[in-house]
Amino acid sequence: MSNVPVNSGRRKFLTLTTGVVGAVGAAAVAVPFVKSWSPSEKAKAAGAPVSVDISKIQPGQLIRVEWRGKPVWVVSRTQKVIEELATLDSKLRDPESKEPQQPEYATNAGRSLKPDLFLAVGICTHLGCSPTYLPDSFNEQVEGVESGFFCPCHGSKFDMAGRVFQNVPAPLNLVIPPHYYVDETNILIGVDKGDA
Amino acid sequence: MLKKLVMGGIDWIDTRIPMTETWNKHLAQYPTPVNFNFWYFFGSLAMLVLVNQLLTGIWLTMHYNPSAAGAFASVEYIMRDVPYGWLLRYMHSTGASAFFVVVYLHMFRGLIYGSYQKPRELIWIFGMLIFLVLMAEAFMGYLLPWGQMSFWGAQVIISLFGAIPIIGDDLTLWIRGDYVISGATLNRFFALHVVALPLALVALVFLHIVALHEVGSNNPDGVEIKRKKGSATEEEKGQFTFHKQYSGKKDIVDAIPFHPYFTVKDIMGVSFFLICFCAVLFFIPEGGGYLLEAPNFEAANGLKTPDHIAPVWYYTPYYAILRAIPDKLIGVVFFGGSIAILFLLPWLDRCKVKSIRYRSWKHKLNITQFIICFIVLGVLGTLVATPLYTLIAQIASVGYFGFFIALFIYSKNEKTKPLPTRLTH
Repeated sequence: MSNVPVNSGRRKFLTLTTGVVGAVGAAAVAVPFVKSWSPSEKAKAAGAPVSVDISKIQPGQLIRVEWRGKPVWVVSRTQKVIEELATLDSKLRDPESKEPQQPEYATNAGRSLKPDLFLAVGICTHLGCSPTYLPDSFNEQVEGVESGFFCPCHGSKFDMAGRVFQNVPAPLNLVIPPHYYVDETNILIGVDKGDA
Repeated sequence: MLKKLVMGGIDWIDTRIPMTETWNKHLAQYPTPVNFNFWYFFGSLAMLVLVNQLLTGIWLTMHYNPSAAGAFASVEYIMRDVPYGWLLRYMHSTGASAFFVVVYLHMFRGLIYGSYQKPRELIWIFGMLIFLVLMAEAFMGYLLPWGQMSFWGAQVIISLFGAIPIIGDDLTLWIRGDYVISGATLNRFFALHVVALPLALVALVFLHIVALHEVGSNNPDGVEIKRKKGSATEEEKGQFTFHKQYSGKKDIVDAIPFHPYFTVKDIMGVSFFLICFCAVLFFIPEGGGYLLEAPNFEAANGLKTPDHIAPVWYYTPYYAILRAIPDKLIGVVFFGGSIAILFLLPWLDRCKVKSIRYRSWKHKLNITQFIICFIVLGVLGTLVATPLYTLIAQIASVGYFGFFIALFIYSKNEKTKPLPTRLTH
């Protein structure tokens, strides 16, 4: 044992510097642990675009397509439904689709590329349940509106353009995924035109 | 001869690890107030249920398959093909609900007798952390059977994080590890449920008890059993010897050693508890759909939402608060706030008198309305929301948070009754 007096300045300096280096090391080691929770390459690949054939869809019919594990609705809107959409503005939270819940090309009255065909992610914007399509019994939810979507979880209501009604828990309109018409009867969901 | 051998063995251990010392310090010579009543069963019962969960949980992992493709089928396999698998699983699922029953009653005890007050704030904080970890543990465990309610319940709860501005969407993606709840989510929840959170739980229980034994138990009178050294008469101190850790610095009055007095009392509590527990376990393990929900008998399907998503009963009060607020972000804030505010209880209550027995009518009324609101919220959380129910939930939410606000206001100059000098029993 040496009896040289303790140099407390040197001790403090060494404790501090080793502490700082150790903390940086610990933070760096945390990176792989945190990053390993992000979606894997396999999950990302499974999130690739999907194609839907609409040649056989009937007026008023809803078909479901799975994209990234979520239900995407493709709904054929009748003329009556399209006319009804224009009358609902006062009952809706965001009738003009000001919130960025849709691509630019779907920021219009029907929130769609073509008025008679509506496409949206069928997941309620409140807490992620899938609303029920009520083609002719939506009257029970909103008086005077024949068709719409009703979420069974917490009672959120959406019109036939996926626009949310007032006084329900869901804050936003339904999400319109990026999509485009490959030809007259085929839609590709998951990418914008030109990105594919 | 045998006795000599045993004593020699104990000596051998004691010179290497403080076994007898620990036994005396925390059991045989640990001073416990004489007036513990019915409400003091629930701490030891919570430990019993924890052991049940650990043991049955370990056995269930031996047969369970944590993958999106195999999870649901492996639970059916446990229920139908594994010898006594049904019993192990029902012990685990009934144990989960029993855990919350005893923990809620344990917390209620702390609430009415002021066991969270100075100097026991840290015991309360550790207890609240246990409660928080327990909720996370139960939530993650509920995903594992991979039924419809597992899937959609997790979907709803993980979406709550999406309400956080800016980082919300990326955070939910990171938690799920996929664009939807998938096998990736199931596997990480499995790892957290069977390894990480149980470790945290056991560590917190240890700290809860270390903190408790440092300051000593409160009691139904809220009068301390430790007095200034030299201030108590021999008669007051009684006939028992307590460890010098406690009796060296203070005079201990109206206390008896934990062992054998409360070990035996707690075993009696255990037998009553087990009668109730086994009645549920053997006759109504599904609890009429409240302990195991009906949609969970159908495998998870991301394209089909069950008609009515209700959390398991122990979450429903907070869930009702979430639903009562028509704005998503504010709803989530109050949902989190309803738990977070409990952590602050030791500082919100500014009264010096602990037990409800000697506190004002205001306090009794406030606790009563708080419990009523809590139960009303709990019932509403299981039901489908209607405009009337939402209104009632809003009123009850005001009552829930109002409890803490009112407590903070009146407790400062509360008119209390005189405290007894000795414990009443």
